[in-house]
Amino acid sequence: MIPVAFDYTAPSSVADAVSALGSDSEEIKVLAGGQSLIPVLRLRLAAPTLLVDIGRIPELRGITDEGDALVIGAMTTHAEVADSDLVKEHAGVLAKATEAVADPQVRHRGTLGGSLVHADPAGDLPAPILALDAELVIAGADGERTVPAANFFHDMFATAVGDREILTKVRIPKHTGWGAHYEKFTRVAQQWSIVAVAATVKVDGGSISAAKVALTNMGATPIRATGVEQALLGRAAAGDTVKQAASSAAEGTNPPTDTNGDASYRRHLANVLTGRAVLAAAAN
Amino acid sequence: MTVTEERPVTEVGSPRRRKEDGRLVTGRTRWTDNISLPGMLHLAMVRSPMAHATITSIDVEAAKSSPGVVAVFTGADLGDEQGSLPCAWPITADQKAPPHPSIAVDTVNFAGEIVACIVARSAVAAKDAVELVDLEYDELPVVVEMAAAAEGGNLTHPDLGTNVSATWVFDSAEAGTGGNVEDAIRDAEVLVERTFRQQRLIPAFMEPRSVVCDPTGEQTTLWSATQIPHILKLMLALTCGISESKLRVIAPDVGGGFGGKLQVTPEEVITLVVSRRLGKPCKYTETRSESLLAGHHGRDQIQTLTLSATRDGIVTGLKVDLLADMGAYLGLVTPGVPILGAFMYNAIYKFPAYRFECRNIFTNKNWTDAYRGAGRPEATFAIERLMDELAVEIGVDPLEIRERNWIKHEEFPFSTVAGLEYDTGNYEAATARAKELFGYDALRAEQRERRESGDPVQLGIGVSTFTEMCGLAPSRVLGALSYGAGGWEHASIRMLPSGKVEVITGSSGHGQGHETAWSQIVADRLGVAFDDVEVLHGDTQISARGLDTYGSRSLTVGGMAVVAAADKVIEKARPIAAHLLEANADDLEFTGGKFNVRGTDSSIGIGDLALAVFAAHNMPDGVEPSLDAEATFDPENFSFPHGTHLCAVEVDTETGETKIRSYVCVDDIGKVVNPLIVEGQVHGGLVQGIAQALWEEAVYDDSGTLVTGSFVDYLVPSAADLPHFTTDRTESPSSTNALGVKGVGEAGTIASTPAVVNAVVDALRHLGVRDIEMPCSPHRVWSALQHLDGDGSSSGADTPTEKTYVADDADPSHNAQLSGEDAGRAAADHGGLG
Repeated sequence: MIPVAFDYTAPSSVADAVSALGSDSEEIKVLAGGQSLIPVLRLRLAAPTLLVDIGRIPELRGITDEGDALVIGAMTTHAEVADSDLVKEHAGVLAKATEAVADPQVRHRGTLGGSLVHADPAGDLPAPILALDAELVIAGADGERTVPAANFFHDMFATAVGDREILTKVRIPKHTGWGAHYEKFTRVAQQWSIVAVAATVKVDGGSISAAKVALTNMGATPIRATGVEQALLGRAAAGDTVKQAASSAAEGTNPPTDTNGDASYRRHLANVLTGRAVLAAAAN
Repeated sequence: MTVTEERPVTEVGSPRRRKEDGRLVTGRTRWTDNISLPGMLHLAMVRSPMAHATITSIDVEAAKSSPGVVAVFTGADLGDEQGSLPCAWPITADQKAPPHPSIAVDTVNFAGEIVACIVARSAVAAKDAVELVDLEYDELPVVVEMAAAAEGGNLTHPDLGTNVSATWVFDSAEAGTGGNVEDAIRDAEVLVERTFRQQRLIPAFMEPRSVVCDPTGEQTTLWSATQIPHILKLMLALTCGISESKLRVIAPDVGGGFGGKLQVTPEEVITLVVSRRLGKPCKYTETRSESLLAGHHGRDQIQTLTLSATRDGIVTGLKVDLLADMGAYLGLVTPGVPILGAFMYNAIYKFPAYRFECRNIFTNKNWTDAYRGAGRPEATFAIERLMDELAVEIGVDPLEIRERNWIKHEEFPFSTVAGLEYDTGNYEAATARAKELFGYDALRAEQRERRESGDPVQLGIGVSTFTEMCGLAPSRVLGALSYGAGGWEHASIRMLPSGKVEVITGSSGHGQGHETAWSQIVADRLGVAFDDVEVLHGDTQISARGLDTYGSRSLTVGGMAVVAAADKVIEKARPIAAHLLEANADDLEFTGGKFNVRGTDSSIGIGDLALAVFAAHNMPDGVEPSLDAEATFDPENFSFPHGTHLCAVEVDTETGETKIRSYVCVDDIGKVVNPLIVEGQVHGGLVQGIAQALWEEAVYDDSGTLVTGSFVDYLVPSAADLPHFTTDRTESPSSTNALGVKGVGEAGTIASTPAVVNAVVDALRHLGVRDIEMPCSPHRVWSALQHLDGDGSSSGADTPTEKTYVADDADPSHNAQLSGEDAGRAAADHGGLG
């Protein structure tokens, strides 16, 4: 469990990080919280020649209230996100999903930005970010650009962030007063999601006036269950109605088959868990 | 006036916190990988990615010229020096076994087998060079499934001409311990036939295996994270042709084993041979990936059982047909693991006829060997699942069916149909207590309500009773079973001049708490303070004789050797005490660490005697100036702990998820030396057994690649996955040892697996589910619910074959009514019934 030797640099500003990424080293990897990259290096599944450690850049950390949106620095740890009153109040489904990530040790090291750019199909944070219609700010040699979450996740382990760029922050429109729930299905507590559902809904007078639902590990990237979202509109936030609306959650998905279950089981789970997630979200 | 009776305060029975825990928990101790020697070189292994192939070429030149690399060895380079890894348990005279080189020479037989060894100045340099070794292979057909392998087809080892290593049979009619099982089946009023699969498991001990070898002294010293330093020393000497007297093996602190370190490993042999070749200390420590891939695996059996019974549910016979997957090679006790189970299928019951047949099968997978319980969990699982099925057939509660068949407490000692003599036990008492703690009747009522209301979350109640043969083992029994060694244990006691005591044990603890428990025993026996006892073990130069730790043997065998040695110390001290007290030795009594002259206040303590003997100024004539003593204890019989475990699960029929709601176990392990250690053993054992039921499974794909090669896929549970355990004990002391102890190391593991699976099946039985293959994953449970047959029986996605037959009048040869999906076939199989 010893990585291949690599060069290492720890810039102290985004500008320096971008400049380090512009070096002519053969294969450059950005090290965020290291909770996925370090195991990959130890297993020698990757052999970068240069690691750019962005863990010492103060401007990448923190959660700020910018009026109609929250802005979360990419290097903000899961523990900070999950504990944040701002996040709980205005982006509840992200707080709930973040609480479900791994274990306390990982949550104190792992970061929101690292998790999003790693883009593991079974990772817990892409789905709530997609559900919340967040925007992701990416810095590169040509300055900053902003990508909506819907265009951010390209494939398994592939995002809009280029080789010579870093994700700097995540801008989340406030969903104040929305109920939220993250329904994560695993066999043991410390496991990647077999399937999970991020749901956030607005309930007015007992009926659902807005709903956002996204699925984890039902394909190479997180998937918005738009059919369910539409079916829920104007419906009572109650058992059978919600379950019926949720029964189309898996439509159009292409989930994996592995030792935890085959694709048809995952489709079934997505429908069941979506119903549960929406009901739980509507209840809080 | 109240009279307060003075009670003797004893160490034995006290929940002492373990004296070794501080260093073990912090890791500031001598784990093998913490050892660093001057000039030490580091080894890394090149492993085959192929499961079955001929090695056509090996090019090591690039690796040899990699920075820091000292040498690269292939199997051919080691030649005869590496010998063939030992199997100490040839179960039959005609057992077939392939040669087992530590580094493969011309063929590889499982993915993960070592094909070359890199030696470098640092672990990093060794690891870097691994990728530079260029091997070419010619692929051979891969044998993965044992059932197919048993029938012929492609061969794991073409030279052997068969995939069957050995066939071993026990028949109670032939042994004279019972009747003929075929007669019982022919005359049965009820027959239950089932096939169960014991999935392959990985021991997953906490400390990966590590070995350091220093060849620079007159003796070669080898440290290893092993359970068996004594056996390892002898086996390494024999395997590598080294004089036994030139080898010293040390098991320093060892972080768990569960049978997984009861082995003579290729890595140990390679480290020994290479360090002697190079004349330099060498270290090898495996990665977790290597540990999962190449440390021996456990279980992996297919069990087909036929149980015959009367209409009242009294079992009349049991027939067991077993296939056991050896993997590619025979390890130290690989062939004997299913045999250890052979004596346990009759469990706590009075079966009148029994036949067991096991075929050991080679496949191109990592080899299997002992894993916590070794054979006995498999047997217990099968019979406890089967007794539940019988209860359903008869239409009685699963506890009732057990009670109708178990040995009553007044019937002990009891000679079983498998030829063992159970000395003591009280199944009624343990079961009654478990029922009470569990709230059995209330849970059954809730189950009925949930069934009636069609609750999507169903409640299941699982019952498991068990006994096991512990305290391995009477040497004569092992001899009769063709095992290569005895089953005794050794201990010695050194009385130090300051009155402190060194206890040297041949048991080799690796997390069990020997240092604490042995200190408690000796403190009571010699009347010294707990803290004045030092327990030494695991170093063959200090503990010269021993047979190590496995099979819940330490306390029942090793503990008894300690008691015997302590008693010898007292007897050696007696004439010296008499001499110094100017009394007759017969007038002395030894209590509380002192020899008293009866009827006087004249006494001398064992510590003062130790100092007097050290000085030796005033010894009686002809008495040696030493209180030290040694003892070897060979048990006359096994010990038979037992218990009743009850488990309630909630099964979500929408997702297939199982949650354990409550778990109660009442174990009878005889006398208890340290209840806190016992509690820890029970909890750990429960978790490991529950994990087999619900989570753990080593999966190979068709090419023989281990799919579950990391903890991402091989699911080891954590505390978050388990409920609070309610544990209690009843006590019927063993009559086969003076301590009255029975052993607790495997109890939880053995009993919990069937308790959980019985509970899962019980939750779903009314829906038509009759079995779920282990581990009962949500996917498997859900699939079983999707594949219900029209008649209400379930084959499930993975459900093994099952047949059940119930005669509907007294004569089974007429008008038999068959139930179950294979009714027609069952009739045909059973000779025209129906």
